[in-house]
Amino acid sequence: MNVHATTTPTRTAAEQALVDGFAARVSDFPGDAATVSARDEAVERLKAGLPTRKVEAWHYTDLRRLLAKVPPHDPTAGVEPLAPVLPDSAILAVRNGIAEAAPAIEGIEIVRVAEALAEGRMASLAPLDGDDVVTRLNTAFVTDGFDLLVAEGQDIATSLELQNLHAGGQVHARFGLKAGRGSTVTVVERQAGTGEALSSSVSEVTVEDDASVRWLIVQEQDAGTSHMAQFRARLGRNARLTLFIMNAGGRLVRQEVRVDQSGEGSDFQLRGVNLLAGEGHTDVTMVLDHSAPHTTSTELLRNVATDRAHGVFQGQIRVDRIAQKTDARMACNTLLLSDDAEFSTKPELEIFADDVACGHGATVTEIDHDHLFYLMARGVDEKTARGLLVKAFLREVVEELDDEPVVEALEAKLDQWFAEHG
Amino acid sequence: MLEIKNLHARIAEDGTEIIRGLDLTVKAGEVAAIMGPNGSGKSTLSYVLAGREDYEVTEGDILYNGESILDLDPAERSARGIFLAFQYPMEIPGVATMEFLKVAINAQRRARGEPELKVPDLIKKVREASGSLDMDMAMLKRPLNVGFSGGEKKRAEILQMKLLEPKLCVLDETDSGLDIDALKIVADGVNALRSPDRAFVVITHYQRLLEHIVPDTVHVLSRGRIVKSGDKSLALELERGGYAGIVGEAA
Ligand SMILES: Nc1ncnc2c1ncn2[C@@H]1O[C@H](COP(=O)(O)OP(=O)(O)O)[C@@H](O)[C@H]1O
Ligand SMILES: [Mg+2]
Repeated sequence: MNVHATTTPTRTAAEQALVDGFAARVSDFPGDAATVSARDEAVERLKAGLPTRKVEAWHYTDLRRLLAKVPPHDPTAGVEPLAPVLPDSAILAVRNGIAEAAPAIEGIEIVRVAEALAEGRMASLAPLDGDDVVTRLNTAFVTDGFDLLVAEGQDIATSLELQNLHAGGQVHARFGLKAGRGSTVTVVERQAGTGEALSSSVSEVTVEDDASVRWLIVQEQDAGTSHMAQFRARLGRNARLTLFIMNAGGRLVRQEVRVDQSGEGSDFQLRGVNLLAGEGHTDVTMVLDHSAPHTTSTELLRNVATDRAHGVFQGQIRVDRIAQKTDARMACNTLLLSDDAEFSTKPELEIFADDVACGHGATVTEIDHDHLFYLMARGVDEKTARGLLVKAFLREVVEELDDEPVVEALEAKLDQWFAEHG
Repeated sequence: MLEIKNLHARIAEDGTEIIRGLDLTVKAGEVAAIMGPNGSGKSTLSYVLAGREDYEVTEGDILYNGESILDLDPAERSARGIFLAFQYPMEIPGVATMEFLKVAINAQRRARGEPELKVPDLIKKVREASGSLDMDMAMLKRPLNVGFSGGEKKRAEILQMKLLEPKLCVLDETDSGLDIDALKIVADGVNALRSPDRAFVVITHYQRLLEHIVPDTVHVLSRGRIVKSGDKSLALELERGGYAGIVGEAA
């Protein structure tokens, strides 16, 4: 180490690539004047550098160090279509940053994000706070996506699959959903691709009074892809949101969850399965605001880490002074399958109301040797026995979704992951 | 069928020797009872036979059909026909009993070069076997042994034994936790499996079980060794005089 080096902080290769990439592409980006200034502002902040572990929100994911490579956007990259996770879903695909023509779905108004940007109708380009690097990155570079409006009282029988697909390079997509009063809808957010890439995606969901949304994020990026994502939601009165997250790929993944339970009596359920292998670093960071009385939430994550994979869960629950009778429970359980795998958990409760029930728990364990012996003593070979035990550990979370086709589809994803990494 | 020669085994973690020069021979078709006071090493012997990693064999050998099995892992031993009915069957959350039975039965069938059982055939087989043990099929939808009563766990062990059709059956205190009716049902289940090409090692603390599963030979285990062997009358002798006399006599 050269201790005498007196360099002024210079940009990393990734930071420089972002700055250069923006300069090269800015004239092609869609957007009205307000969008342009939002992009400029975002990129100015990115120029100051990516966050390091000194920034609390990024303590376990030193983005400056971990985001090693930012390949340029490749306009010629050909992206294959992808079959949906739930067999009968209507697909709304963004391929290599461009939204395909959307099918018509009764009860839903669908707008392309490129159009919304051009007309200045994308309201939420601003970061949520000073450390919201994911939104800044996305706002600076976003090209397309879908904005959905489910009409009041509609019960949408067809599930929708929003796809953000790439074949290397760079993609930045944005999705919006407003579920009108009393409506019901199931959405799969699919994040996938092949090759070296930087992918970003921001989803913004508004669940109006008495509406019910189930949102499933299925992230299966390539081992060469960095993926920066944010899911934000606001819940109205007696609104219900179930968010399921499956992370099953990626070299560097940051999935943020920002939920505001601002409607009295609203309920939020987070279920997550992180399947971590190879050299991957996967960070799920949640900030949940219970900001109205009688709001309930449960967050349950199950993680499996093998090889040299590293996982992170930061779960912050903030209970506002007025949010009396809040009931919030958070649990994060990890099964480590190799000596070099790691998982860091940081639960945080900030409670300003006095009449609440809040709790959290975290465990990190290995496969139970006694259980393994029992299964093997019945002739089940070690690999299969381990697979049974790991699946049993994860399955509880999936089965809680309590919807047979959904559970089946997700279990098929688990099987697929085991076949490759188990 | 089974020949244990001067077996010494210790707890892997701290090196404590539990089995201290044990000799035992069991022929095909034989039912051998192992009796001994608490802590004499009965369960340890059963685990060492099944290949549990928590124990290390430091001396001696275990021959099964003339070949040493010490290098085989528990799954390989099971595939060769060795079965252990646990004294304390483990609860395995999240693994449905029925699914486990399917995986285990098909693992055995594959090892024997037989085709895998299709689900309907499997269910039929399981229904027959559980019926004869007076078990409710609904129980099999639950996770393996989770929330089963002591008696239900023991029956589930015997159910697995029936389904896997092993050649050497080791039963570790299968009678404990069973009332007399359940004991009879379980004993009938075991007796139905007796055959000239199958051997049983029945470990028990009490003579009671041996009234229902009548042994050909009885061996007394004390401090990790067989200190006395005889026929079924030895069990009655133990019942009358307790272990103290025999164990003392041998010491
Ligand atoms: N894994 C273990 N760890 C610590 N002690 C053990 C272990 N296994 C057996 N022992 C000890 O070895 C002795 C014999 O145990 P065990 O084989 O269970 O006896 P039995 O089944 O005859 O009652 C006991 O003193 C027991 O505490
Ligand atoms: Mg015992």
